[in-house]
Amino acid sequence: MNSLVLTVLTLSVLGVLLAVVLYFVAQKFKVEEDPRIDDVEKMLPGANCGGCGFAGCRAMSEALVSRDNIGSLFCPVAGGEVMKSIADFLGKAAPEKSPMVATMRCGGTCEKRPKVNHYDGALNCAVVNTFYVGESGCAFGCIGYGDCVHACKFGALSLNPETGLVEVDADKCTACGACVKACPKGLFELRKKWPKNRAIYVACRSKNRGAVVSKVCKAGCIGCGKCQKVCAFGAITIDSHLAYIDPEKCKLCRKCVNECPTGAIHIVNMERLPKEPKAPATKAEPKAATPNVATKVENKVEPANK
Amino acid sequence: MATRLFAAPSPHIHGGENTRRIMGDVVLALLPALAVSTYVLGWRVLFITAVAVCSCVVVEYLIGRFLFKGRTTICDLSAVVTGVLLAFNLPAGIPWWIVVIGSVVAIAIGKMTFGGLGCNPFNPALTGRIFLLIAYPVQMTDWTTGVPDTLSGSTILPTIKYQPELVSQLDFMQMFGGQMNGSMGEIGALALILGGLYLLWRRVITWHIPVAILGTMAIFAACVGAGYGGALIYELPLFHLLAGGALLGAIFMATDYSTSPMTHKGMIIYGVGIGVITMIIRLWGAYPEGMSFAIFIMNAATPLINKYCRPKRFGC
Amino acid sequence: MRTFPIGGIHPSDNKEWSKDRAIEVLALPNEVKVPMIQHIGAPSTPIVQKGDKVLTGQLIGQAAGFVSANIHSPISGTVTSVDAYPNGQGQRRIMVVIKREGDEWMEDIDLTPELKRECSLSAEEIIAKVRNAGIVGLGGAQFPTHVKLSVPDGQKAEVLIINGVECEPYLTSDYRNMMERAEMMLTGVEILMRAVKVERAVIGVENNKPDAIAHLRDLIARNNYKGIEVMPLKLRYPQGGEKQLIAAVTGRQVAPPPALPISVGAVVCNVSTAIAVYEAVQKNKPLIERVVTITGKTLGSTHNFLARMGTCVGEIIDLAGGLPEGDVKLLNGGPMMGRAVVDITAPLIKGCSGITVLAGKEAARGTELACIKCGKCVSACPMGLEPYLLSKLAKLQKWDMAEQHNTIDCIECGCCSYTCPSYLPLLDYIRIGKQTVMTNIRARANANKK
Repeated sequence: MNSLVLTVLTLSVLGVLLAVVLYFVAQKFKVEEDPRIDDVEKMLPGANCGGCGFAGCRAMSEALVSRDNIGSLFCPVAGGEVMKSIADFLGKAAPEKSPMVATMRCGGTCEKRPKVNHYDGALNCAVVNTFYVGESGCAFGCIGYGDCVHACKFGALSLNPETGLVEVDADKCTACGACVKACPKGLFELRKKWPKNRAIYVACRSKNRGAVVSKVCKAGCIGCGKCQKVCAFGAITIDSHLAYIDPEKCKLCRKCVNECPTGAIHIVNMERLPKEPKAPATKAEPKAATPNVATKVENKVEPANK
Repeated sequence: MATRLFAAPSPHIHGGENTRRIMGDVVLALLPALAVSTYVLGWRVLFITAVAVCSCVVVEYLIGRFLFKGRTTICDLSAVVTGVLLAFNLPAGIPWWIVVIGSVVAIAIGKMTFGGLGCNPFNPALTGRIFLLIAYPVQMTDWTTGVPDTLSGSTILPTIKYQPELVSQLDFMQMFGGQMNGSMGEIGALALILGGLYLLWRRVITWHIPVAILGTMAIFAACVGAGYGGALIYELPLFHLLAGGALLGAIFMATDYSTSPMTHKGMIIYGVGIGVITMIIRLWGAYPEGMSFAIFIMNAATPLINKYCRPKRFGC
Repeated sequence: MRTFPIGGIHPSDNKEWSKDRAIEVLALPNEVKVPMIQHIGAPSTPIVQKGDKVLTGQLIGQAAGFVSANIHSPISGTVTSVDAYPNGQGQRRIMVVIKREGDEWMEDIDLTPELKRECSLSAEEIIAKVRNAGIVGLGGAQFPTHVKLSVPDGQKAEVLIINGVECEPYLTSDYRNMMERAEMMLTGVEILMRAVKVERAVIGVENNKPDAIAHLRDLIARNNYKGIEVMPLKLRYPQGGEKQLIAAVTGRQVAPPPALPISVGAVVCNVSTAIAVYEAVQKNKPLIERVVTITGKTLGSTHNFLARMGTCVGEIIDLAGGLPEGDVKLLNGGPMMGRAVVDITAPLIKGCSGITVLAGKEAARGTELACIKCGKCVSACPMGLEPYLLSKLAKLQKWDMAEQHNTIDCIECGCCSYTCPSYLPLLDYIRIGKQTVMTNIRARANANKK
């Protein structure tokens, strides 16, 4: 009985003593911190994806609280509304940005861009990119080992085994930009997100001449310039044999899609324009051009849409 | 047939060594000890070993197939090695169902929970053995049941522990050849050394860990023996190297790749640690044998050793 | 017998396939494609245009800066195009395409076969000649030789080391050079000794080439080459690595990057480079041809060709019986450090010491398994690194940690991947780690400058 009392007593005294020590230590080393940082961090999505440019949500909320002008800070994952509520909470002007979506700009499917050698190394796009051009011979196209898929924290990217290309799920994509950094070929771009997930873009990054492109890929941009001529809004520019559609200027008129001889301009969640007298095409993806396309840039080619 | 051009970064050739071959070599190196054990203790040794190997392989297959849902890893023979080593750490008379429990613990808890081969921080066979030793202490230390009468009597380690002077009455040649009490794999000193030499020759292990462990134990025992004076300086070290799981542990258990340090310097530190802890437990601990616990403790220290014993950088 | 201090492996050398094939002069190609980058450093600037007539040995690519190399026409004829063409790895590089018409050499090139030993030029003159001739390291690294020979102020070379190790399996071009063109090589060594102002030169040769060692020793004694000695080295890969060779020969270790071999007083050149230096200095002949081994277990025949740069790789393979059927890996260089070639229209370049053809099972890699932490890569690494860790860090993109663990020390010898029992592509990942860390270091240095 005596030993029991003694034990309880010793432990209680020890407990009280340590509690006192802890209290003083806590007081001494207390870090003064703006309590709003915690509140802001709770409002942020907590994905810690780094899409804002900071190491994580905590760093972002510190910046939001400490900076006077938060116009340049934007969390792509949370979106405009959350940013607005955070700005209201902090009493600052809300940063504004229209919604964006990641776009993978390569249309070289296994069929259109056949493999000419067999890669046998580590299954990693960056590794492939360190030493050679890739299995298809196109130095600009999707390598297809999914560095971007691993980098995406939201499960928005997936590798389609049939095409060998990466596909973006626009609903899941938060435009954090991780894939843009991950892709060694720079195939991803954050583009304006139209209503109903509509999109239009040139699915090719090849800066080679048309003749070189068409040798390795039947779906690549050959830089013929037809799309540029037909565009009424000046949204299309051509640089180093490669067309680019500016999403800010584009009005989704889709005239360029019918002009493209190789089907390099992709449209998403939209129908193609009806071909003048004929019935409208049902498929969103244009068909491939005939192989004789683009041996010369000036070649007149029938748009292969029948 | 058309020509298909392969592309890969260098190097383009491989030394040909593979995991399965390494594991196969370990099994092969354990066979002499198994033979000695069977000769001394009878056919039950083979039965227990078979039970352990089969249950290890089955458990690994089931976990790989239904929990990991990946390619099965039983082909690399690592589960076979775990099974044989576990069996070697059990007395021959142990009931078969305890062996099965030990195998499940070894593979499921000791190995697969951490992610399978190469990820386990503790030697799986040891995990199984230590679990059984604590859960079934009676059966795990009963060296007589199911064993021929020739070796009746209690094991020698606890005897010597309390009466070290008795060591001079032991017949070391008999111990060397396998005539002593102990777990199935512990008794054939000569066979274990042969297996170790084979592994050294095949470059599966390096000398650093076994030599560090056994050397430390011998020096430690010699120092203690010096305290008793006389011939014990030589006999006590010899006894401690031959008795119990010293050889089995030093050659086969402590050298397990994923639980031992990578650099030679680290291996020596690790080996010395095992030797010291083993001797402390053997001489002053509650258990008669300390090899398993010593290896287990040093397994835990391996990441730390790896962190501080880096290889020597070229040019520094 | 000496060797380097840590790590290393013993791959089967497979040199018996081509070592007894004497050097054959390859028939002149009808067309050559000459890349404007065949060296480490800035690409050269093409100074010819479509339609220009060029002579053999005429300058067609001007070095762009100090770390760069001149490029000369390997044949005489008409330039048909200056454009981007795929190299062996399929990457498009600027190349000058020349169609051959006869074989007319530049006038100042001495084509007589006699050995010309005496050389009274100063070090600066020799280096200028080497620079004009566009000589780069012919062992595979393609580092401009004149940069190596220009010893920086305040530093002094003590020994010239000639790399006759040829530790890569299969390759025999350096061996054949030592056997057949030894006098040219030894004279080249004498010239190199003048250029770096040293009294002593050591030719390191591995002991799997005893006949080469005996032959060189015999010539040195007979023809009185002063200060040159042949040092047999214990067979071990990667002995031909610059730092490993210096350590093997002198016992001194070059400090980690950015330290250079000259910091321990050593300058290293390949035996084939020494021959090129001899030809450039004594015969005014620029680097337009080299000995290249074409070898492989499944090839119709194996050869050691003296071939002009820019010759189509496919044509050379055809002379050896063409590519075998089935799975084939074509390598520019040997199997440890060579680069896989996927476009056989690619031209032969200065650094290509051999074309190795691996076929069937030899061409493919084994199936990747889990790392068992055996530490074999750590024991094999000649730079004292931890490949398993560096590979993992690169895979996880932990660049800062990879830098702390000295990933930039890696010489990409491939010992780690070679020795891994789990067939892990260790070097594949370490290489991206190394490249990223180098980029980060350079970016930091630039930021500090500003």
